[in-house]
Amino acid sequence: MSQSTGTGGGIAGQSESDREQMDRHGGVHDLAPGDEPASGEEVASGVRGYLVGLALAAALTVASFVTANGSFVWGPAIPAAIVVLAVAQMGVHLVFFIHITTSPDNVNNVLALAFGVLICILVIGGSLWIMYNLNTNMLPMQMPGMPGGTGN
Amino acid sequence: MLGKLSWSAIPLDQPIPLIAAGVVLALLLGVIGWVTVKGYVPYLWREWITSVDHKKIGIMYVLLGLVMLIRGFSDAILMRSQHVLAYMAPGYLPPEHYNQIFSAHGAIMIFFGAMPFTIGLMNYVVPLQLGVRDVAFPTLNSVSFWLTASGALLVNISLVVGEFARTGWLPYPPLSELAYSPGVGVDYYLWAIQISGVGTLMSGINLVTTILKMRAPGMNYLRMPMFCWTSLASNLLIVAAFPILTATLGMLTLDRYLGFHFFTNDGGGNMMMFMNLIWAWGHPEVYILVLPAFGVFSEVVSTFSSKPLFGYRSMVLATMVICLLSFMVWLHHFFTMGAGPNVNAFFGMMSMIIAVPTGVKIFNWLFTMYGGRIRFTTPMLWSIAFMVVFVVGGATGVLTAIPPADFVLHNSMFLVAHFHNVIVGGVVFGLFAGLTYWFPKAFGFQLDETWGKRAFWLGVVGFVVTFVPFYAAGLLGMTRRLQRYDVASWYPWMIAAGIGTLIILAGVVCQVVQLVVSIRRRVALQDVWGDPWDGRSLEWATSSPPPFFNFAVLPDVRDEEPYWTIKQKARETLQLSATPDYEDIEMPRNSATGFVCAFFSTVIGFALIWHIWWMAIVGFIGAYATFVVFAWRNRVEELIPAAEVARIDVRNREARERALAAYGVRQREGVPA
Ligand code: HEM
Ligand SMILES: [Cu+2]
Repeated sequence: MSQSTGTGGGIAGQSESDREQMDRHGGVHDLAPGDEPASGEEVASGVRGYLVGLALAAALTVASFVTANGSFVWGPAIPAAIVVLAVAQMGVHLVFFIHITTSPDNVNNVLALAFGVLICILVIGGSLWIMYNLNTNMLPMQMPGMPGGTGN
Repeated sequence: MLGKLSWSAIPLDQPIPLIAAGVVLALLLGVIGWVTVKGYVPYLWREWITSVDHKKIGIMYVLLGLVMLIRGFSDAILMRSQHVLAYMAPGYLPPEHYNQIFSAHGAIMIFFGAMPFTIGLMNYVVPLQLGVRDVAFPTLNSVSFWLTASGALLVNISLVVGEFARTGWLPYPPLSELAYSPGVGVDYYLWAIQISGVGTLMSGINLVTTILKMRAPGMNYLRMPMFCWTSLASNLLIVAAFPILTATLGMLTLDRYLGFHFFTNDGGGNMMMFMNLIWAWGHPEVYILVLPAFGVFSEVVSTFSSKPLFGYRSMVLATMVICLLSFMVWLHHFFTMGAGPNVNAFFGMMSMIIAVPTGVKIFNWLFTMYGGRIRFTTPMLWSIAFMVVFVVGGATGVLTAIPPADFVLHNSMFLVAHFHNVIVGGVVFGLFAGLTYWFPKAFGFQLDETWGKRAFWLGVVGFVVTFVPFYAAGLLGMTRRLQRYDVASWYPWMIAAGIGTLIILAGVVCQVVQLVVSIRRRVALQDVWGDPWDGRSLEWATSSPPPFFNFAVLPDVRDEEPYWTIKQKARETLQLSATPDYEDIEMPRNSATGFVCAFFSTVIGFALIWHIWWMAIVGFIGAYATFVVFAWRNRVEELIPAAEVARIDVRNREARERALAAYGVRQREGVPA
């Protein structure tokens, strides 16, 4: 059997406190969101949380329908208003249904959310940028019987 | 009653697919008949089909991948022989058939060959390396596998019933729209990929959760083996990217089925959006495939150099940087579409930057080997070949990532050479390295090295002889996906590639022979004590094959190479650690949910392809009922009493006791390792 001859790459073992920390946060004892073991009292407050969330979510949904249809908001600003309402809706979902909090045992979830948001920004932002440029660089559509466009 | 389906769907006038299908069908029926006659059906049902054990599911994934790699390879043989014959001649494959072959080849190789194989390795190895008993959601894992198998089945049904897409492995509109592809080919593609894509997404969620939440006590992030890190990165990419694929193909499906105008020429559609979206999935996809392979190489190089991995932390960082950057380069697949110089320049530069973390990895592997006592086993040979070959593939990638150069190289054979160079030389070599490396763990005996080395040499030489000519032909102006050609200077290169394919074929034969020979010699090749390669991570701490609960007691992890530390301690004191206190273990019960769900998905897919609406509804009801039954079952786990755990573990400890004693004797006699 061979002996370890390596010197590269070794990182000294972590301290005990690291281990404990890890047991609490990354280890097998970590809880999934919404998976908190609940006592009777906590169930009641949990239900209350869901009801508040439901009310807020419903209110925001109604608000966006009203905005879209009515003359409630200045016409050209309607899309912006809807975007704002949509973002608020996401916030409500994250807080009341997905239970994203800032507590330390929520690090994984917050990181996962951050990763998701980053990817959305990259893909949606990138797509908008790409498609906008494609659009401006395209030759104008040729109508039958008309001379070709000049392009740019 | 049967929608668009009629007898004319069976290509009775085309001998090649019919014969191929006949052979496959005969083989399949033969196997099923044999299994039934021998009375193996209950065993298969109990131990495999309904199993939720990550190890068995992993093995089934790998098996599916291997079978589909061979299926895809038969397409490759057809294409290569066509190009040998089709110089100034029509060849033997008519265009509409040739187009189906290259489309099926790409789709099968990526979605049903490389992906299941990769996911299978991750499924098998990750929980073992993390020191835990299963993945986070065992039944979901089974559902994922069977959905993938369902997709693979649909693609293969298309061989006999109807046709496959003629659009390439990514169905670009407007060609893939109803107006230009009125047949069922694209529909087969769409439903097969949708069904298996859902499976892949769920398996990604499963593995991410497993890695983030289920590590052995003490296994913090910076103590995870490299393969777990690359698996984490790969599965994060799956979770982020596969919804894009599903949504994009969903929009194309709406176009085709319900007259939407997402990607059509008219009605305000925009097919450029399809290219954009499909590559926002497609580029991450290539890293989904190659990152786990990087992990395999890290494990293999470190084990067979008998050294810890060099620069572990830089490797982790490089992995995560690749994970992020792979979402910032997708436009390099359509530089020529005309987004303009600023956009092209940005994505070109981002693409080149990806080569930096990849380079970091290459140097880390080299430094791991440097000064090590290298054992040139088959997995190590694949890894070394990978390092040589992959550098070339990366370099040609960077070449095509220069927008002006890409205007010449795009969709040429040079591009085809590039991606085969990285996918075969990176992913497939990695899968074979991983297969030989972990095979003894999974089955309790090693693969025959002689045949393994033959397969390796033929595989690598064949690979070079096949794909280097593609670079040359590409530079001579040959475009991809040609059914026939009239240019004299391409002809010799196509003949060379044809010869290369024959060499690869010999390699594939050796690979199969290796399996047969190894099974026959399994007693001589037996892995008695679970650690045949002098490994360093936790999968080698348990027996080969591992008991279904993996570890009798969860290992206590104190550093980066937990098993190596345990082993060194045992070697110094010449005795194993004290007999642990065994406890009862709870393991998830088997479930037929996955198999039944996949059965109904296949029904749904087939029905939707052929517009048999009532059958699709029946399928949906069946799938939903399965889900309800599963959700309402009340016994989900089985208890294994401590005594039973002890009984199984004692055997493992005895084997290790013997190995240790033998080691002690060798030490005393001064025999080198
Ligand atoms: C340094 C790293 C890499 C760079 C800069 C790079 C760059 C590129 C570029 C620019 C293209 C598009 C060329 C064209 O269509 O004209 C391309 C295509 C491709 N690359 Fe890479 N690549 C890299 C690594 C990889 C890896 C690691 C894989 C797979 C494991 C891969 C798989 C592919 C595939 C499958 C295609 C073409 C797909 C198609 O058009 O059908 N590449 N690459
Ligand atoms: Cu790419």
